[in-house]
Amino acid sequence: MPTFVQDLKANLGIFESDADQVYGLLAEFSDPGALLHAAEAVREDGYSHFDTHSPFPIHGMDEAMGLGNATGVGVLAFFGGVTGCAVAYLLQWWTAAVDYPINISGKPFFAVEPSVPIMFELTILFAAFGAVAGMLALNGLPRPYNPLFYSDRFKGATDDRFFLHIAASDDQFDVEESAALLQRLGARHIELVKDDGTMDA
Amino acid sequence: METSKKLPADPSEPAPSPSGDGAPDRLVKGDLSFHDITEMVSRHAEKKAPMAWYAAFAVALSGTLLLLGLFAHVVWNGIGVWGNNQPVGWGWPIVNFVFWVGIGHAGTLISAILYLFRQHWRTAINRAAEAMTLFAVMCALIWPTFHVGRVWAIYWTLPIPNQMAMWPQFKSPLLWDVFAVSSYFLVSLIFWYVGLVPDLATLRDRAKNFWRSRILAFFSLGWTGSNRHWRNYEKAYLLLAGLATPLVLSVHSVVSFDFAVSVIPGWHTTIFPPYFVAGAIFSGFAMVVTLMVITREIYGLKNVITIDHLEKMNIIILVTGTIVGFAYITEFFMAWYSGVQYEQYAFINRAFGPYAWAYWIMMTCNLITPQLFWFKKLRRSIPVMFVLSIFVNIGMWFERFVITITSLHRDFLPSSWGYFTATWVDIGTLVGSFGLFFTLFLLFLRFVPMVAMAEVKGVMPQADPHFHEHGGNGHPEGDGEPYIKPAEPALAEAYRGGGPEETDDSST
Repeated sequence: MPTFVQDLKANLGIFESDADQVYGLLAEFSDPGALLHAAEAVREDGYSHFDTHSPFPIHGMDEAMGLGNATGVGVLAFFGGVTGCAVAYLLQWWTAAVDYPINISGKPFFAVEPSVPIMFELTILFAAFGAVAGMLALNGLPRPYNPLFYSDRFKGATDDRFFLHIAASDDQFDVEESAALLQRLGARHIELVKDDGTMDA
Repeated sequence: METSKKLPADPSEPAPSPSGDGAPDRLVKGDLSFHDITEMVSRHAEKKAPMAWYAAFAVALSGTLLLLGLFAHVVWNGIGVWGNNQPVGWGWPIVNFVFWVGIGHAGTLISAILYLFRQHWRTAINRAAEAMTLFAVMCALIWPTFHVGRVWAIYWTLPIPNQMAMWPQFKSPLLWDVFAVSSYFLVSLIFWYVGLVPDLATLRDRAKNFWRSRILAFFSLGWTGSNRHWRNYEKAYLLLAGLATPLVLSVHSVVSFDFAVSVIPGWHTTIFPPYFVAGAIFSGFAMVVTLMVITREIYGLKNVITIDHLEKMNIIILVTGTIVGFAYITEFFMAWYSGVQYEQYAFINRAFGPYAWAYWIMMTCNLITPQLFWFKKLRRSIPVMFVLSIFVNIGMWFERFVITITSLHRDFLPSSWGYFTATWVDIGTLVGSFGLFFTLFLLFLRFVPMVAMAEVKGVMPQADPHFHEHGGNGHPEGDGEPYIKPAEPALAEAYRGGGPEETDDSST
């Protein structure tokens, strides 16, 4: 049974290998459509620790994999924006009205109106930081080590190949059965990826 | 340029299947597979650079060295070696600053606004346009940095606690500008980098050399094209686009506040923000056209950066150029209608005073010559658009010259009037800033995938999961995406025949 943490990591696409150092099965499919159907079928078969790899995002893959809407990035960007706005307001108010007030023709030390441009800029800046940092955090990136990199074939995932990876950490994972399922779904090539760098076709 | 045997470099060459060039609606010409796109784009970052690159780089680098030398001269002797003096305290350095910031607008506009409007044609040019933005903003930032005179005190513009216990004056538009331009630079940089990650992973997976693959592995962050990642990635990209859109519009508005918040006749107008933004987009697109015309020619990317892309950019140039021209005329009307004699004089002086030559260069290049793009033939002609895009940038440089210098040289008191003349240092540093810009751009062309491969693949008809099952145009009927529909039923038939083989050539 995968623990809560394992499930959480699986959500980021980070899976743990099993006792035999098996990371999972990597199956190649011929085109985006085949991959989409395979992902759907694998999910319907009850797997949850699996992922698809493609050179570009495939339309409809989130639904096929049962991932739902990605709201995390938006929430983090929002909080980034709120932080930026607050920082800009406090910075301008504190420096001009508290720390070093300068009396210029009796004008107020601090006013909202001339503070708007910087509040706006920092809102955008921090929201952008929030979006990118949030995206990296939710994706578990940067991730320099990934057992999938042992596969030579997998290098094509950033070129023109389409892969489905069933992780060994899934409850239902069984080398023979899962391979048979992938075979049935029309995989063009299946290999067993191991964490120690060895490979079985 | 050498092209590998099977890649058609030019749409005019016979395409392997009738669907190739025959269907004008397709974004990528020449019936390419995903692998062809990877190959076409990445090989330029992998093989030895062509001789033309070295020649261009040598010229650009000498410009950069000129810039460095002259800035050393400026720092050593003080900014008086430029032509700035009373009454024109803002000479060419500020003209150049506004000019370069303006050019830096097209990249993020193409990336962000066109992304939000689902303009898929942007994918071919957005990477290069964003790179151009970054380099243009760098070229812009050097001007105010050195124009402050004591460049070693430039950090005073940032709210850093210091031994004087002083803070920057946040009520000054000049300080807003520091925040606006540097935020813009940072957001553009991360936007560019986020877009680059999947493509750097492509290069990493193709790398033969140990260190090359390690360095690319570092910058590609361990990207595997995982769908769990794509989903957050696309969300973040969409958010960045949504955030960059108001930002790009705000940056030049804030730059215009530098002028508009003052009381100088000719500067103190409310039309400045929208008029500056339109001008920025106008000059930025012109620069993108200039660069893309050269790049697609030299690197054989005519199937990816097609004439349709260039035509679309020319239409934007026409529209924004007309907006800018309209703003010039509106300014005149407002000056007359205001009844303020100083304001009226400032504009009469612009058009007919000692700087009338600059005013009419501006009018000709910005309002009149872009009107030629009304003709479809001219907007699709490479030589015409090349010349016109250069004219636009000449015109836009003169626009900033006219605004900055004619307004300052004669303000309220005739006793303090003067005439500004540029010095050789002004000319040398402007030329040098072009050197810096092209040095950076050439390095970009050499080392970074110049077209967003993952995005181009994503808008190709084969990328649609339903492409293979219906064997048709990749989309069910009537979902409102006509851009991939073959133009004629006959072509659709031919395309159906040719469809499945396309990805099969990547097998084995």
